[in-house]
Amino acid sequence: MRRGLETLAAWLLGLLWILPLAYAVWTAVHPREYSARFVVSAPLTLQNFVDAWNAAPFARYVLNTALLVTLVLVAQLVLCTLAAYAFARFEFAGRDVAFLLVLVQLMIMPDVLIVENYRTMSRLGVLDTVVAIGLPYMASAFGIFLLRQTFKTIPKELDEAARVEGAGWLGTLWRVYVPLARPVYLAYALVSVSYHWNNFLWPLIATNSVTSRPLTVGLQVFASTDQGVDWSIITAATLLTSGPLLVAFLLFQRQFVQSFMRAGIR
Amino acid sequence: MAVTRATTPPAVVGWLLLLPAAVLLVAFTHYPAVATFYGSLFSTPRAGRPAVWVGLEHYQAMAADTVFWQSLRNNALYALGTIPTSMALALLMAVLVNERLRGRALVRLAYFTPTILPMIAVANIWLFFYTPGYGLVDQVMRLFGAPSHNWLGSRDTALACLMVVTVWKEAGFFMIFYLAALQSIAPVLGEAAAIEGAGRWYVFRRVTFPLLMPTTLFVLVNAVINSFRLVDHIVVMTKGGPDNASSLLLYYIYDVGFKFWDTSYAAALTVVLLVVLASAAIGQFLLLERRIHYR
Repeated sequence: MRRGLETLAAWLLGLLWILPLAYAVWTAVHPREYSARFVVSAPLTLQNFVDAWNAAPFARYVLNTALLVTLVLVAQLVLCTLAAYAFARFEFAGRDVAFLLVLVQLMIMPDVLIVENYRTMSRLGVLDTVVAIGLPYMASAFGIFLLRQTFKTIPKELDEAARVEGAGWLGTLWRVYVPLARPVYLAYALVSVSYHWNNFLWPLIATNSVTSRPLTVGLQVFASTDQGVDWSIITAATLLTSGPLLVAFLLFQRQFVQSFMRAGIR
Repeated sequence: MAVTRATTPPAVVGWLLLLPAAVLLVAFTHYPAVATFYGSLFSTPRAGRPAVWVGLEHYQAMAADTVFWQSLRNNALYALGTIPTSMALALLMAVLVNERLRGRALVRLAYFTPTILPMIAVANIWLFFYTPGYGLVDQVMRLFGAPSHNWLGSRDTALACLMVVTVWKEAGFFMIFYLAALQSIAPVLGEAAAIEGAGRWYVFRRVTFPLLMPTTLFVLVNAVINSFRLVDHIVVMTKGGPDNASSLLLYYIYDVGFKFWDTSYAAALTVVLLVVLASAAIGQFLLLERRIHYR
């Protein structure tokens, strides 16, 4: 009896939680006159998606976002791996202070330093490029912290064994540490990609043209200027924007959830 | 080859490994934090008028700036309104899907999906729901006989509407952390208490919840940071309006810095935001200290 009630509560809350998304899907796959009217016999259509896709340079936006998340992720993986290795396995003066300084970024994220970072990008002459959007995020305190914790759990004996066989520190890092930390890399990559796919305020500030705008900013420009209030097309565009990530999430649901868990509990 | 490797002191290698990340961190986190404070002591350079030293003038102006105070107050209300709600819901969700129930994977999926969506997409969807007259919210209200209402356009409801969106988006995210923590608690503890005749609520209150304390603290800090860091939905849904009723601190900074291009005043406002975030950091540190002593 109690179990039944709990199941019911869990389902009701789940329904309530999925309702907004279900409603958005309804609006997007039906003609405009059914956008807020629920009739079972309403005809299905993909025309809203086609119209949205043709109404703004979404293909370019997708390309920009793909470039952005790739660039940021590759830079993060390289930089954070090297830094984490230094913190985990090297003794040097100032290491602990340096680590504390890295952790500062967990609290004071680039998201809030928009005024000064805009000025820096302008001085560097990179405003309105994908590089400008990515630069502040490439050295990630979160990534360094996560990988340092992981590297510290790897037995020193493995490290020493590799060195006895003649591997230098770079070879040891590549052949011992990186393979053993693979699940953490996957977790970090999923978190990073979804963060930067979804990021909005800084890209909005740092970009000014179609050639550099990511999807999120493109969607906003499209929804606020190009359209009147054709909600069918706007919701279709909204779903297009979130689509690739949502599909990836549905396919790799288990990995996603576990990654977020792993990233959180360390 | 092997000889040069052996002779490179570890300290040098350590710093070399650290260098690329350190350069970027200093350039885009530490330098801007310091430069923000320094820049807030100068006037905003305009065409033909270079920046001059004004000392604390911006801070004096801020003290008299009603929009600033309103944004700060809104932000506090927003944090108080969203954080406990989304955390309580997250805990409830985690407890529910931690049990064996029919369709558990689907329910968990439903809770977690809003987290994956971009805030900007979420905001556009909800903008539609709040549309007066035929939006989802008004349609549901009509079932209860309530009149149509301009949810985002009226001063009394705009901020609350944004809070609902935030709770919807964040609860599932925080659920994940509670779920991870719940799964690491040995079921033996609950079973032992049950044998002693303890009720479920009692077990939760006296055993489970205290064991979840570190997670609660972690989630709390994240939630506080998010409530000051994320304003995407405000850009889409209300632009801080009506009459600044839904303006948050970072949104006001964005407005001042990138719409009025008063960069020095925006820098002064950013300093306030940094102080808030630093206090959160220090608070977390002190709480952690106490917990360690407690053990």
